[in-house]
Amino acid sequence: MAKHSITATVNGDEVDFTCSTEQTLLDVLRTKLNMTGTKNGCSTGDCGACTVIMNGRSINACLLLGAEIEGAEIETIEGVAKGGELHPLQQKFLDHAALQCGICTPGFINQAIAVLEKNPDPTERELRFGLAGNLCRCTGYDKIVRAVLDTAAEMRASK
Amino acid sequence: MSGDKKSRGTGGGNYQWVGNVTPRPDGVDKVTGRARYGDDMILPGMLYGRILRSPHAHAKILSIDTSAALALKGVKAVMTHESIPDHPLAKPPYPPIVNDMHDVSRNVMAREKALYDGHAVAAVAATSERIAKEAIRLIKVEYEVLEHVLDPYAAAQPGAPLLHDDQFTDGTDPKKDPPSNLFRSLGKEQGDLEAGFAEADLVIEREFRSEPVHQGYIEPLACVASTSEDGGVELWTSTQGHFVARALISKLLKIEMSKVKVTASEIGGGFGGKTTIYHEPVAVRLSQMSGRPVRMVMTRSEVMRATGPTVGSYCKIKMGAKKDGTLTAGSADIYYQAGAFKGSPVGRAADTFFSPYVLANARTACYDVCVNRPKAAAYRAPGAPMATYAAESVINEMADQLGLDPIDMRLKNAVKEGDTSLMGTTHGRIGCIEVLEAAKNHAHYSAPLGPNQGRGFAIGYWLHGGGLTSASANLLDDGTVTIAVGTPDIGGSRSSMRAMAAEELGIDIELVKPGIADTASLGFNHLTAGSRTTYASGMAVVNCIREIIGKLCALAAKKWEIPADEVRWDSGQAIPADKHTGTIEPLSLQQLARMAPGAVGPIAGHSEINAGGAGASFCAQISDVEIDPETGFVSPIRHTIILDAGRAISPDYVEGQMQGGAVQGIGWALNEEYIYSDKGKLLNTGFLDYRMPVASDVPMIDTVIVEIPNPNHPYGVRGVGEPPLVSAPAAVANAVENAIGITMGSLPLSPPKVLEALEANKTPMAAE
Repeated sequence: MAKHSITATVNGDEVDFTCSTEQTLLDVLRTKLNMTGTKNGCSTGDCGACTVIMNGRSINACLLLGAEIEGAEIETIEGVAKGGELHPLQQKFLDHAALQCGICTPGFINQAIAVLEKNPDPTERELRFGLAGNLCRCTGYDKIVRAVLDTAAEMRASK
Repeated sequence: MSGDKKSRGTGGGNYQWVGNVTPRPDGVDKVTGRARYGDDMILPGMLYGRILRSPHAHAKILSIDTSAALALKGVKAVMTHESIPDHPLAKPPYPPIVNDMHDVSRNVMAREKALYDGHAVAAVAATSERIAKEAIRLIKVEYEVLEHVLDPYAAAQPGAPLLHDDQFTDGTDPKKDPPSNLFRSLGKEQGDLEAGFAEADLVIEREFRSEPVHQGYIEPLACVASTSEDGGVELWTSTQGHFVARALISKLLKIEMSKVKVTASEIGGGFGGKTTIYHEPVAVRLSQMSGRPVRMVMTRSEVMRATGPTVGSYCKIKMGAKKDGTLTAGSADIYYQAGAFKGSPVGRAADTFFSPYVLANARTACYDVCVNRPKAAAYRAPGAPMATYAAESVINEMADQLGLDPIDMRLKNAVKEGDTSLMGTTHGRIGCIEVLEAAKNHAHYSAPLGPNQGRGFAIGYWLHGGGLTSASANLLDDGTVTIAVGTPDIGGSRSSMRAMAAEELGIDIELVKPGIADTASLGFNHLTAGSRTTYASGMAVVNCIREIIGKLCALAAKKWEIPADEVRWDSGQAIPADKHTGTIEPLSLQQLARMAPGAVGPIAGHSEINAGGAGASFCAQISDVEIDPETGFVSPIRHTIILDAGRAISPDYVEGQMQGGAVQGIGWALNEEYIYSDKGKLLNTGFLDYRMPVASDVPMIDTVIVEIPNPNHPYGVRGVGEPPLVSAPAAVANAVENAIGITMGSLPLSPPKVLEALEANKTPMAAE
């Protein structure tokens, strides 16, 4: 079984790890780097629970091999709050009760960050399509959509 | 502390925390990725478990050869059913919910036969995931494939392929003597059906079908078992009931219960699906065999193939009404797919059909039928949405034919306090009428509809659970309080526990820290299920806090040298009776907490109860949909849900339960179903093909919380988890039928089915 020696940046820190060819980025994050905040819901790219940001783009960590992130910059949920302060999206998820069980929350927050990066002022419909790759079975999406729209408004106002 | 807050609900009461929006104790951990779920536990030396599953729907297991798997380097244990004790078949009379260890043993690992595609047959534990996967491929199983049956009505007929040759039908008259897939029939009859139907001006008789749907929790089942040479077993698992998991594992594997400690991880959704055990005993046995911790995590495909969805159903129903809308009689038969083993929620079906209404002449018969599918599990109001779909569809059709408003017709027959349901529940204060009136008065109900649009309405009934509950609370030296409950927090219940405790104590919620205790730390707790958690654990927490307050008042009385009954508790302090005012200063919680260790020792409160009086609640939904006549695709465009919550302790999370339940119901009505090949193999085992609603499929979900406080709970709580699903599929299906003008009678109303109906009927709408 071939092994790969990889160097990448995760949440601003350089990391080195070896992985076998078939190991996904999700597996590497969770078992090699002990970063279990990225969640596994399906391993087939259908639920979005493992959404992370790679070089500024949101991706499903389960659909990428660990060996493919050589030299890449990865942002996971563990890096979203900075300097002891929650990211505005994290705070708004709490304020709007946009989570129940919370398993989909890390993926939604990363996806919302990516959506707002591209479009800081989405309509409700645009946002719903932007989040359509992330499954939530608890909330019916209402409060998630409200939390993200409210964050977008606040972030625009503070610019 | 914001002391001027008032409960925002309609149920009255002047509370500081109850009924208000409060920060969630587990919130920050969940938005930062810190919260630890089933798959987030890593133990030193941990092995990776994996299960080999049957590719056949129904097959005799002739032999299992594990030698090649055992010989693979890195494989530390291999097991089959031989590593799990057998248990005798339970004998009648059967309780309402059957938990037969004979069946549990066979569902955990197939014994004589594999009974469904995905049935566990053997398992391995190895030093890596990769080796474990390779090892299960090396296990050779010889099968004799048998004929299978998937449909519950067909399976109940003589001559159907038989799953269990030792299962004989219970509770039917005439009794069926040869072994049968029909396990039993439950139901009841009252009044005079014949006279009731004769009295009716309109009688409608219909058939309805619904497909099994999965709970669809996003976190696959995951656990880690660690066993010791002294016989001890520790289990970390994602479960809705770690005390129930302990009981089942202890019974199944014949291990003394005290030696098994189960810790509930954070749980990534359950909706009833995590109320039993699947791979947990396998992890325990593999750990015992290997001497190392063993982790088991299901893939999504394993979750779909091998864990219980809710039952699919076939229903025949007949109802009669007078011209003025008064219901005169109702009779319903429903067949439930129990899956491979008996135990579908037939009792709940029998209780559900006609319960929102006063109906003197009524009969229900509900058949629990084994078929070659995974054993059905609970799903949010188990058994109720299918029965409600049938009965509410017929009532809507009746209202239409009689020219009555659908809500007015329901109001004419609505149950109220003092009425008794068919299954024998005499209602206390209930809110059926208030919920119907709130729906009628909502702007949504009379809003105009556009072309290709339709509106549906339904109301649902659910009788909540109470049950065995144990909790404790500790006062710490600095005046803060910890609370331990034994019901896993699946949707924010710690928030509600904290609000009730802080309310009782009259202190800031930030001074109260709630947590979920393991099985070694509390008395028995039933599941987080049956919408019972905020009701029953909440009641136990209030008892604990009241015990602490009693002890603090006694401590103050001792200090003041006055009788204990001359001390009362108010706003976080012990206050002497009026006659002492001016001579004795009140003592705050903080002062008393500092004094306690020296004066009386640690102060704690405990409560062990069998919570009764949970009562019923009602939930109505108004659904608007738009049909694409070209494709048959149905878009929900507006949805309003109205629920009697008794009192909403955490209103945001009550709304969340309502919105989540409504959207699950939208999925059930429009898209979700199990698709099997002609060989009985499940074809849609992933989220791509098992199509649950995504954000772009649904609109905002408007909520109305009605508050008719439950007199049996200190804060008036009624459960809120389950009712939102009961009426949702019926309301959405009714909206589709209203839009296309065709009676459909089966779920899901997926695009091909709707398109076929449109083309067969060539309705005027299709020409628009």
